[in-house]
Amino acid sequence: MACDSRNKLVYVLLVFFALALLGSALPVDAQDAAREPAYRAFPVLGSRLAVWAVAQLHLNFAAFILGCPIFAVIIEIIGWRTRDQRYDWLAHEFVKLTFAAFSTTAMLGALLLFLFVGYYPRFWAYLTSIFFPTYWVYALLFFGETFIVYLWYYGWEWLSGSRKWIHVSLGVLANLVGTAILVVANSWVTFMISPGGIDESGRLVSLWKAINNYTWMPINVHRLIANIVFGGTIAAAYAAFRFLSAETQEERARYDWMGYVGNFVAVSAFIVLPFAGYWLGREIYAFNQTMGITMMGGFMSWLWIVQAILIGILFLGSNYYLWLGMERIPGSERYRKFVPPMLLILTIGFMIWATPRTMVITFDEARAMGGTHHPVLGFFGVMSAKNTVVNLMILTTFLSYILYRRANRISTKPWVRTGMGVQWAAFAVAAVIVVFFGVYGYFVDSLTRIGFSVWQVLAVLTCIVIVMAIDIPMFRGARSTGTIRWGTIATRSQYVLILLAVTFTWLMGLMGFARSGIRQHWHVYGVLRDTSVDAVTPALGYAANVITIVTIVFFALVTFIFWLGGLGERGGPKGHAPAPVIAGGSDSSEGATSQARPQGATAPSEASPRIDCAGKAGARKS
Amino acid sequence: MSFLRSRFVQAALILVLSAVILRFGIRPPAPWSVFTLYMAVVFLAVLIFVSSDSDSWRGFIRPIRSTLVDPDQRVLRSALVVVIPLLLGYYAYTQAAAKPQAPAELRAVHPAPPDTIQFRGKQINISGAENPLRKDQASRQKHVAAGAALYIRNCVYCHGDNLDGQGHFARGFNPPPANFQDPGTIAMLQEAYLFWRIAKGGPGLPRESTPWNSVMPSWEDRLTEEQIWQVIMYLYDATGQQPRRWETAH
Ligand code: HEC
Ligand code: HEM
Repeated sequence: MACDSRNKLVYVLLVFFALALLGSALPVDAQDAAREPAYRAFPVLGSRLAVWAVAQLHLNFAAFILGCPIFAVIIEIIGWRTRDQRYDWLAHEFVKLTFAAFSTTAMLGALLLFLFVGYYPRFWAYLTSIFFPTYWVYALLFFGETFIVYLWYYGWEWLSGSRKWIHVSLGVLANLVGTAILVVANSWVTFMISPGGIDESGRLVSLWKAINNYTWMPINVHRLIANIVFGGTIAAAYAAFRFLSAETQEERARYDWMGYVGNFVAVSAFIVLPFAGYWLGREIYAFNQTMGITMMGGFMSWLWIVQAILIGILFLGSNYYLWLGMERIPGSERYRKFVPPMLLILTIGFMIWATPRTMVITFDEARAMGGTHHPVLGFFGVMSAKNTVVNLMILTTFLSYILYRRANRISTKPWVRTGMGVQWAAFAVAAVIVVFFGVYGYFVDSLTRIGFSVWQVLAVLTCIVIVMAIDIPMFRGARSTGTIRWGTIATRSQYVLILLAVTFTWLMGLMGFARSGIRQHWHVYGVLRDTSVDAVTPALGYAANVITIVTIVFFALVTFIFWLGGLGERGGPKGHAPAPVIAGGSDSSEGATSQARPQGATAPSEASPRIDCAGKAGARKS
Repeated sequence: MSFLRSRFVQAALILVLSAVILRFGIRPPAPWSVFTLYMAVVFLAVLIFVSSDSDSWRGFIRPIRSTLVDPDQRVLRSALVVVIPLLLGYYAYTQAAAKPQAPAELRAVHPAPPDTIQFRGKQINISGAENPLRKDQASRQKHVAAGAALYIRNCVYCHGDNLDGQGHFARGFNPPPANFQDPGTIAMLQEAYLFWRIAKGGPGLPRESTPWNSVMPSWEDRLTEEQIWQVIMYLYDATGQQPRRWETAH
């Protein structure tokens, strides 16, 4: 991989260049600052569009390279503790993707900085006057992150065996530093939304208060979780792509499994995202009522309709994937009958979730409704209804997963009946609590109602904990009805994985627009006005086009980068240890016995690929 | 009824049934935009339903395939080749034909309020403001009664004697007068928001609340500050709603 070191050089140079520019952006003295224009015009596209597109692309890449290592290290730890080579291979595969995207992220970041410095000098000078010390922290963290990830990636062989713990620690460290980077960058962007720590004239009073502004923590949490989901969906889409282009059964099995794990990670993180989102929404309201209303009820109403549809698609899609996946598990037929009712709940949930607060109506319709609010459907437009159905959809998704988990297992514990009884009761109680507070919410004032959402969330989380606490021991040493036939999943499931990744990327772009749009004609809300030609907030249709183009460019870049990364694989026996064989009945460890695995043998854990389908081992590629 | 066991027929039945229920089961009818949204979701769900396992998917595809390729389906096929383009053409026509009606609009019913307003030359804070009359619990009844009198005299023609937006004039206006009984109006707003709306009325609305101008009058010149707070108290009292409180965050 000769081009890697060249990449590294380019990248280090870029960062230095960026730092030099940073320094030069400081207003040296008042006269200099006065001579500097407030804005320059980016040729053809205009400055706003240029900054917008580059910022979003940078955000997408950054989200990926921060999200991916989080689960990569968890998977590595699983592999280390269970001594299962396959997990180690998978973790390495995920880090490989991260690694491939690393320099592009840095390049886009530097580009973004140039755009700010060059085209928004006054704004950038102001932000620098507040945050200059954090720039150094950021740069240092970035260097740290780079070296750690490099070591983590290249040291995989070197730090194996008895030195594995060092390697795992590197992974953990990479994540800590990565999260720190996110948190620092978030302080800038949240300051623009909800500035704090400054006096009336906008001068800095307390750097810590500027960092720890109203929306900082909620966005830290919301983004961190969203990044994990994003990392998961992109990795799963990559796996889907490899699955679809695979030539051997063995390869298909491997990438089927990888896609499954990626999706599993994404869904697990996804189900807590709505809670984090509501928290963020509340803090925005609390910071400034006007901004809250602009966001939820004002000119962005349409945006939330679109957001609701995208989220509905994510819910339906990830459940659909699990249901399709059940087909590769012998014994799952028992659970087929649950699919229609679960689908029904999800569909009704989706419809209520997407019912707009403010509807698009004609005059006659308004007349027939006796007002702008529909007397029946109006009930679905408000918080109580949304919270209720999103919690029910989360419970349903969790149920899908639980059924998937036990699809090929029959518990041999004497207390199964009680155990299952308690599990179903936990689901029922959680659903009842969620619905109760949802309905009761219509009879209390709004602040009490907001408090109710906490109880709904707690009910769902408690249910998840109880059910898992029973499920894990209940199916330990369970009787198997057959091993998972990795690689035999219907191809359409792989398109679903790709669809999920595209949907999520688009959603990210949309929410980025929401975050910027609520500031309206301000760079820093209430402090620094946007006096450029682009001060108007663009219409949603225009934004949607921009987001679509950015999403396409992102996927084009990702495909190209991953393709580059794949080139190394073809080069011969380079890089990491050979990929474990997952399909075809011969395998590095236990796979060989899987074909002969008798009925009633210990069931494999749901995520580890053991395949007993016919066919001989494909040639190893690396 | 082996006919009903065909996945294709099931899918078609679900679609038709849902369309009928959503179109005619909801009174007053759901706006067209919402109806199409719901149907899109149902359509997606039906696709998932028929394709969530391979047997079902094959069962669903079979009649479609046979219609497309089997020699004995020739008549049906030819009929479809004519009918489907015609239907699409008709749809295109309905979309393109000029209607004597204004197009559907998304109007921001609750736009963001300004932080402060000028009320008869005095600056009033909207952001964070409380109803000053609520401090004095003793004269609560008095204020509510005064508010009721003001409401009957000024607002009832439009907002109705049940406060449900069905006053005498209501049918003539677009947008229609607000229905205060609805959980989506005053129940989710702070009193200060109402103060702004009543003081400044339709003319005080920002652009996102267009294209149609609201007839809600601006009461600034006819009611005093105290009277506006009184009528607000009446609105909440009469509907049994609670105003939204200001949140203290962090
Ligand atoms: C000429 C008819 C008319 C009269 C008289 C009238 N209103 Fe309105 N009002 C409207 C219309 C139409 C709307 C809805 C459109 C809008 O938001 O401006 C409205 C909206 C409102 C709203 C906003 C509700 C919301 O959910 O945002 C309040 C509050 C209100 N009116 C209070 C009053 C009060 C109090 C009076 C009497 C002092 C009054 N109105 C008199 C027509 C009227
Ligand atoms: C199921 C629920 C939700 C999902 C899947 C979701 C998803 C996302 C994603 C992917 C991002 C981009 C994060 C990034 O750029 O790193 C985002 C950001 C954002 N979300 Fe959500 N969200 C949800 C709920 C909500 C809710 C309920 C609100 C508010 C009321 C909200 C408000 C925001 C805002 C303002 C941003 C912009 C902040 C930023 O750019 O990071 N979200 N959301």
